[in-house]
Amino acid sequence: MDKVTRYASEQGVVIFSKSSCCLCYTVTILFRDLGVQPRVYEIDHDPECREIEKALVRLGCSAPVPAVFIGGKLVGSTNEVMSLHLSGSLVPLIRPYQAQPSAI
Amino acid sequence: MSFFIRELITMLILVFFDVPVFAMSAGIGDLSFAVRFPLLFRVQLGEVMNSTSTQFVSSRRMGMYDPIHQMGMWEENFKPNANPNAPAALIIPVHASLDNQSEDTSHGSLDTPGKYEQGTSKPSDKVQRRLAQNREAARKSRLRKKAYVQQLEASRLKLMQLEQELERARQQGLYTGAGVDSAYPGYGGSLNAGIVAFDMEYGHWIDEQNRQICELRAALNAHRSDVELRILVESGMNHYSQLFRMKAAASKADVFYVMSGMWRTPSERFFLWIGGFRPSELLKLDPLTEQQWAFVCNLKQACQQAEDALKQGLDKLQHTLAEAVASGHLGEGNYIPQVAAAMEKLEALVSFVNQADHLRQETLLQMSHNLTTRQAARGLLALGEYFQRLRALSSLWATRPREPA
Repeated sequence: MDKVTRYASEQGVVIFSKSSCCLCYTVTILFRDLGVQPRVYEIDHDPECREIEKALVRLGCSAPVPAVFIGGKLVGSTNEVMSLHLSGSLVPLIRPYQAQPSAI
Repeated sequence: MSFFIRELITMLILVFFDVPVFAMSAGIGDLSFAVRFPLLFRVQLGEVMNSTSTQFVSSRRMGMYDPIHQMGMWEENFKPNANPNAPAALIIPVHASLDNQSEDTSHGSLDTPGKYEQGTSKPSDKVQRRLAQNREAARKSRLRKKAYVQQLEASRLKLMQLEQELERARQQGLYTGAGVDSAYPGYGGSLNAGIVAFDMEYGHWIDEQNRQICELRAALNAHRSDVELRILVESGMNHYSQLFRMKAAASKADVFYVMSGMWRTPSERFFLWIGGFRPSELLKLDPLTEQQWAFVCNLKQACQQAEDALKQGLDKLQHTLAEAVASGHLGEGNYIPQVAAAMEKLEALVSFVNQADHLRQETLLQMSHNLTTRQAARGLLALGEYFQRLRALSSLWATRPREPA
């Protein structure tokens, strides 16, 4: 879906979220702790919310929200982000986009 | 009750369709059938006895040893009485067909099965074929009976086992301060089947865990090979995976129960973090090399960052839930819409518990993949024994001497 790819490329780290979703908030907090300012799109405020959800799932996201894109590429939902982080692979991915150096 | 009716109907059908009578014994297999249907058998035996005196089973159908012996057994236990009050609908069909059968035969004994009504003394080809079929069917019947009895025995043992476990789970529930049927009025007296099952499965899980810890300790002390240790580490990892699967199912059944930690012992509950142990607690290791020290440090930090983020998300959930419950005017007395709205928020709690378990699983995985086999084994042993000690602490606490009231 055009909208999704367009939004996903607008910034280094993009998170598709819903205002009521607290797991989305979790993922946002994690990136902030790692020194990144993610762009958060709350799709429930978008009139095309349903289509965006479907598009995200079609792209391979295990849950429509949160859907995390780094460098325009889909990384996944909460599970994928957490796995990447614990395996040490998340920080290298976001290094180009870190505003301040992270603690690692 | 429907089981008895099914058995009865089966029997009636078999008799009606001229199937060898001994087939009736298949699937019945024990005396209890005669216990359940004494009337039926009394009439049956009575009928046959009337027609043939002592060798009471003498139709060509019943010229087999096994069913005859079975019938003998039944007869020993149930003297045939004529019962005029027997339900006619049940008895008459059997009565009628047995009548036909006994009319067909001459007064044969066990030694001369399969005599025809024509009274021929030499068995014909047709009779021989029939005999062979009957022998085969008798053999199958014996096998079926054997299988059935074995199944019954197994079920009986299983039932005893389940009763014991239920009792144990109930006692454990009392001991840990709650059970599904005591401290939670919200359960309304009816047990949540998913939670009862989880409690029992968790009991098994602990037993298996204790066994695995012993095995791990013995293997490390005996300096077993890495290959053997790897197998034990894999079993340990799979065992934890199983726990997380059980918890996921239990969360669907009742997320509050899992989050409350009532399924764990009191001291474990004290350290509860989103329905289980804190993932970074896993990392109580003594890595040997500097490289591994760095790895463990990084993992611990990543773990703590993930934990913090998750906790903040949960705090936000708590906040939005409180807002939903408190919305509108407090004091109005009509709060169904607020409560209904709050229900939706509760669904999110399940995903938090699942995510916390995901963190635990990932931490375990990272540990297992990035350490040597021996270190991973030692790590699992340390973790396992840590919780064993906590459980022992709970036991000690529960049995501490108290001041008389």
